Amino acid sequence: MATREVISTGNELAAIAAVDAGCKFFGGYPLTPSSEVMHEISDLLPKVGGVAIQMEDEIAGICCVIGAAMAGDRALTATSGPGMSLKAENLGLAQMAEVPLVCVNVMRGGPSTGLPTRVSQGDIKQASNPSHGDYRSITLCAGSLAECYTETVRAFNLADRFMQPVIVLLDETIGHMHGKADLPTVEDVKTGIVPRKTFDGPAEEYFPYECGPTEAATLNPMFTGYRYHFTGLHHDKNGFPTEEIETCRKLIQRLEDKVMAHQDEIESNEEFMLDDMTGEEGEVLIIAYGSVSLAAKESIRHLRAQGIKAGLFRPITIWPSPADRIKHFTDKIKNVLVVELNIRQYTEEIERASGRLDLEGLYKVNGRAISPHEIVSKVKEVF
Amino acid sequence: MAFNYDKYLRLEKMPTLWCWGCGDGVILKAFVRAIEKMGVSQDDVCVVSGIGCSGRFSSYVDFNTVHTTHGRTVAYATGIKLSRPDKLVVCVGGDGDALAIGGNHTIHACRRNIDMTFIIINNFIYGLTNSQTSPTTPKGMWTVSQKAGNIDPTFDTCDLAIASGASFVGRESMLDPKKLEKLFIKAMEHKGFSCLDVLSNCHINLGRKNKMVSAMENLEWIDSITMPKKKYDALSEEEQLNLLPTGILKQDTEADEYCDMYAEIQKAQQGLRKPISQDDFAKKI
Repeated sequence: MATREVISTGNELAAIAAVDAGCKFFGGYPLTPSSEVMHEISDLLPKVGGVAIQMEDEIAGICCVIGAAMAGDRALTATSGPGMSLKAENLGLAQMAEVPLVCVNVMRGGPSTGLPTRVSQGDIKQASNPSHGDYRSITLCAGSLAECYTETVRAFNLADRFMQPVIVLLDETIGHMHGKADLPTVEDVKTGIVPRKTFDGPAEEYFPYECGPTEAATLNPMFTGYRYHFTGLHHDKNGFPTEEIETCRKLIQRLEDKVMAHQDEIESNEEFMLDDMTGEEGEVLIIAYGSVSLAAKESIRHLRAQGIKAGLFRPITIWPSPADRIKHFTDKIKNVLVVELNIRQYTEEIERASGRLDLEGLYKVNGRAISPHEIVSKVKEVF
Repeated sequence: MAFNYDKYLRLEKMPTLWCWGCGDGVILKAFVRAIEKMGVSQDDVCVVSGIGCSGRFSSYVDFNTVHTTHGRTVAYATGIKLSRPDKLVVCVGGDGDALAIGGNHTIHACRRNIDMTFIIINNFIYGLTNSQTSPTTPKGMWTVSQKAGNIDPTFDTCDLAIASGASFVGRESMLDPKKLEKLFIKAMEHKGFSCLDVLSNCHINLGRKNKMVSAMENLEWIDSITMPKKKYDALSEEEQLNLLPTGILKQDTEADEYCDMYAEIQKAQQGLRKPISQDDFAKKI
């Protein structure tokens, strides 16, 4: 596949990706360290006939995005942890009413106002269930500048495929990183767009929420002659509120199953220098994601130069987690080090997936990036 | 011939959840008649509502309809309208919805002057959830959250909307459905944000402990606190106290509408006009 070379930042690449993926609406509120996404896209969207609006708060930002998506647009919002907390309730409505959208979260130190200009991966657990209730979040995590672009594009296609919000996690380091990225061509991105499915039969035969137990709703854009109802309440096949027992159960079960039954379409990982791992004594498996994986890769080169056979497993789709692949590698390799800019947020998921409670961890929560040297030292110390 | 509402109602959703004698049904019917008179296709109308008794409004009428989260009605509608500026977008909220939890969105929708109509059904109480104080509950009234009497000062919806920059502001009660219907038509035909304070009764949850246990008693009270703007304006400031003027309270047909302004942004970014500058607005300041 042809590629092109660009020099940009992670935040700007997310904005450019959205527009290339056919996004026509952005609504948001300034929030460090994500604001450059809004700065960039507010220039780009009007050029392609789209709309970008700075709303009065984070809540209004997500609400107008959901509204535009109901009307039929591909729509984006961008924020950081405090904004995710504010958007949570309405992300829940988008899950319940099955409205596709993309929400970029450029992670900063938390909780609360935390460390606005410093890096963190503290929103990993939040991303799995930002709102109350049962549903399956789809969360992607960019580990390079190029992925700020490619994962944002993928997020739009997944949102339309599964009819729900997709969260793209960047972190402050990768969002503000400035450098070269090899990107797919715009033509390839446009060719790869898979719009949400629509119903084109007679209106009286249209039931937006009538679908198989592992399928997503079919929501025609508004104003196209198919009049139906959106609600955050439990609803029937037409979208109208109901408390009918079986309808309620089936709806929530379907929100879970429509994602989990199609995990193969969602999962994405990188396996770095794991090919030559045989399971022999002394091998080291590092698990890391986001900007931390860049330090992890560098540390692996150093470790290997020093005779320690190390490799990296990097989940790109964070939720649902790649539990089977994690188990595959943690079954095979004894020495496992998880590196995160939080305290054990993803480690607990890896423990669940692997069934192991003897994982080593390197955790940092002071707003500073982890260096390759720190990872090398930790490996030498614990294994 | 009597007006046939069936075309605009989701008959399978009837009867409504609203209590016997509730004014919300009168308001819904006036709205439907207004749409019919305007001759807009049902496919080109979107009705967005929030949470509360008024939140159910959207599920009963046969348009493109959205039942949003509490207070966020106009924020959702802003996205819909900006996405499709050629369509008629109408918001319906309650006093708690529009003035308490959603107050910030109401203020900013007024300020932007985006071409939508916001029907605020004001029954002076949180009716659906059993009589908690709302921002319009009169001082001294009993509420379930202030059983010794409400001490919170009340909001005047129309004053708020006018101060926030809405270009059309009006008030009527459900006591006069014909007037209400006319107000709806004028508001929806107005280009810009129209904010309507529509007074309704809640004898069940406002009236039960405030000596208005029947719909009639509640409506008589509404009648006693309202007065047409012309008569109201002739009163002294002292006489105006505790009275709410009805009718069109503000109409500015010159104000810039947000979707139109955004179209200028699109033109500027596409190189079809020079960038917007302060000079463009100088004549209006």
